[in-house]
Amino acid sequence: MIPFLFFVAAGAALGGALGVVLARNPVHSALFLVMTLISVAVLFLLQDAELVAAVQVIVYASAIVVLFLFVIMLLGVDREESLQDRIPYQRPAAIALGVILAAELFFLAGHEWATGQKTASGVPIQGGGFGGNVERVARVLFTDFLWAFEITAVLLVIAVVGAVVLARRSGQRAEAIDEVDDESQGVSA
Amino acid sequence: MTLAAFEITSTYYLVLAAMIFTIGSVGVLTRRNVLVMFMCVELMLNAVNLSFVAFARALDDITGQVIVFFVLVVAAAEVAVGLAIIVAIFRRRRHATADDLQALKG
Repeated sequence: MIPFLFFVAAGAALGGALGVVLARNPVHSALFLVMTLISVAVLFLLQDAELVAAVQVIVYASAIVVLFLFVIMLLGVDREESLQDRIPYQRPAAIALGVILAAELFFLAGHEWATGQKTASGVPIQGGGFGGNVERVARVLFTDFLWAFEITAVLLVIAVVGAVVLARRSGQRAEAIDEVDDESQGVSA
Repeated sequence: MTLAAFEITSTYYLVLAAMIFTIGSVGVLTRRNVLVMFMCVELMLNAVNLSFVAFARALDDITGQVIVFFVLVVAAAEVAVGLAIIVAIFRRRRHATADDLQALKG
């Protein structure tokens, strides 16, 4: 049963990833992204990471993708991009570099010396003294990683303030820019 | 060999993560739409999350799952700021392709 689930979820994740890259329409890319994210959540579940899987679905597959879709709809960018590159050899070069990267990663994934030693928070995933997955994650998060956790809160506040400042239309200046935009559009039309 | 006899080791997960990461990086390099490039970055982050969880399982250490949380938080912050930047760019010009953004070109 578990191998079957793995191969189904892995196939869906790969198909979704290819869809993100190959779809011409950004809306389709976002929907393929949802497919990949949910498949990855299934793969998390198969590896005894229940809490991370739940957070993946809630935060990634809903919140972040909805944000993407919202921006796509808001800006109306659901039209196709031109396939003309400024650098003519860019596409083949990118694919060649991708093949090299894949070869390196496959090489590393298959070798024990690259996949590391147990470093140990001392908290195992299964077995041991206390609780389920959520309790274990919480114990490490709020003891060993407490400082990082607090810094995370600061990071989120900075990100929210930054997003508001960037997306805000500041009175006079925004209008001036709009006028310039309108004029330049009038000239080009 | 039947499918049920298969043992799914962490190498399977690592190879899958490598494939998704590669697809994402090729997407960032080839696509010109800034939004789609962003989604490809999300794909790469997810591939790394997958390998973190695989390592957590292989080494029997919950820290790998905790790190995934921090990656998620940073990804959320990055998306919020990045999309705000895209909206700001759109306000100035009506395209979202990376080739149009060359104001800093020397």
